[in-house]
Amino acid sequence: MFIKQLSVFLENKEGRLDEVLKTLSQGGIDLLSASLADTTEFGVLRLIAKEPERARDLLKSAGITARVDDVIAVVVPDAVGSLQKVIYKLHEAGINISYIYGLSVDGEGAPIAIKTNDPDKAAGILEKENVKTLSSEELGQ
Amino acid sequence: MIWNEAKECMSRDELETLQSARLVKVVNRVYHNVEPYRKKMQAVGLEPGDIRGIEDLYKLPFTTYEDLNANYPFGMAAVPPSELVRVHASSGTTGKPKIGVYTRHDIDIWAECVARCLSTAHITRDDVIQIGYGYGLFTGGLGAHYGAEYLGAMVIPMSTGNTKKLIDMMIDCGVTSIACTPSYLLHVAEDLEKLGLVDKIKLKSAICGAEPWTNEMRDQMEQRLHIKAYDIYGLTEICGPGVACDCDYHKGLHIWEDHFLPEVIDPATLEHLPAGSEGELVITNLTKEGMPLIRYRTKDLTHLEYDKCECGRTMARIQRFKGRSDDMLIIRGVNVFPSQVEAALLTVEGTTPHYMMVVDRIDNNDTLEVQVEVAENVFTDEVKSLEALSKAVHDKLKAAIGLNAKVKLVEPNGLEHFDGKSKHVIDKRKLYE
Ligand SMILES: [Zn+2]
Repeated sequence: MFIKQLSVFLENKEGRLDEVLKTLSQGGIDLLSASLADTTEFGVLRLIAKEPERARDLLKSAGITARVDDVIAVVVPDAVGSLQKVIYKLHEAGINISYIYGLSVDGEGAPIAIKTNDPDKAAGILEKENVKTLSSEELGQ
Repeated sequence: MIWNEAKECMSRDELETLQSARLVKVVNRVYHNVEPYRKKMQAVGLEPGDIRGIEDLYKLPFTTYEDLNANYPFGMAAVPPSELVRVHASSGTTGKPKIGVYTRHDIDIWAECVARCLSTAHITRDDVIQIGYGYGLFTGGLGAHYGAEYLGAMVIPMSTGNTKKLIDMMIDCGVTSIACTPSYLLHVAEDLEKLGLVDKIKLKSAICGAEPWTNEMRDQMEQRLHIKAYDIYGLTEICGPGVACDCDYHKGLHIWEDHFLPEVIDPATLEHLPAGSEGELVITNLTKEGMPLIRYRTKDLTHLEYDKCECGRTMARIQRFKGRSDDMLIIRGVNVFPSQVEAALLTVEGTTPHYMMVVDRIDNNDTLEVQVEVAENVFTDEVKSLEALSKAVHDKLKAAIGLNAKVKLVEPNGLEHFDGKSKHVIDKRKLYE
């Protein structure tokens, strides 16, 4: 149900993304997925990595602010409206979605990362609805 | 034109006799009426009788903002509250404002001093003057207003904030002089140029103060508006604008020494320095009744020149400020201290992160950017909470200093560290060079 996400604070200036990725690759961190949320001033890079805690410590020692959080990973079937159904169930239960993005992991269906304001309640609902999810173990984290 | 020739052109001997008599009187008054002064003097074994003239000035203890803060608001007043008719204030380092209190006589003296400054700029009763300083707690508006009225000029109390109306009235009323901050005047000049109205104005002079400015800014305003521009200096605690003003010869600002006794000290050793030395300007109120300050440390770095000026005045001239001995910044005429930014960050984040204040002057407008390092304790994976953090800092700063600062979240260690006086300030305006 939960996977570990590594979030990295980035200033919007040239070369910062490259620097973060270089730090991770030099440390031998295997990245599974990446997504960048940005504003005109700054960005938050969200990474799914095989060793998130070690990745965070590597970044920290390079003076880069990063943290590890749990996010829910669901796999929605390749069918029209299937993502909407999942979101609707959460919405119906009064859960707010903070952000959502697609994960690039191999397999059937479309893997999606979801961050909500109430992760445990969201997990309960998804379980009850038999929504397929991914776990940290399945990703090798 | 010289408003009060008998005083402004006094011989040094006469002046020193007058200063000595006034110093003895004011020291007596504060010793008997102001407990903090009495304690300070007793602590160094001084009695009023030990001060026989200005040659004994250096024996007296200093007064600082911290003293005013500790005795805020009226603990340093030398008269009962019923004698006070006015309060002004400007921002201080730790949130408590720097306060100035006035008796009716103090208001009259202040008007006299401002009238001397305006006369130095050749303003007379035939002039029409717009006061473009804020009216209110800030001393600029009401201070310039009373002085101009006392002089007999026609005063238009514009205050700040409505440049269009200021320009309309400047043309309609045939305004010949303006008192405002130098950056605001340049802003007005720009608008006048945009509107193609520079030829329509009758402006001859400008009295600019409340923030440091450069010769280059003077050249700009004089050339663009075909006026003469003069620098006026003052500080709330001592009196307000009108403590000193420069003349046609621009060889420093004449300080009205019969009311404000100036000296220069070494800010590190606090030693009284001989005339002409470079150091921190210290002022003693010789005539103020409400809250006379003895050896008040202005934190402004300068030196004084005492030779008679070509304009005929004998009053000493404060030379171009070389900076401050503390880390105060004057941004759009507002006193800003890094400690205020620190306090704002502390209330928002619960800790003080690394930060940097970047001050610049873009199109003659002061700008303040506050760069805040996003450390682990405040970083979240959600963009909106980071944006909320940025907004909270902005709002706290706005409430604390009244300025809209641009808040920029930066990476840790992303802040360059300069060798300047304060590691939290980068002032790109080059006001003191
Ligand atoms: Zn002169």
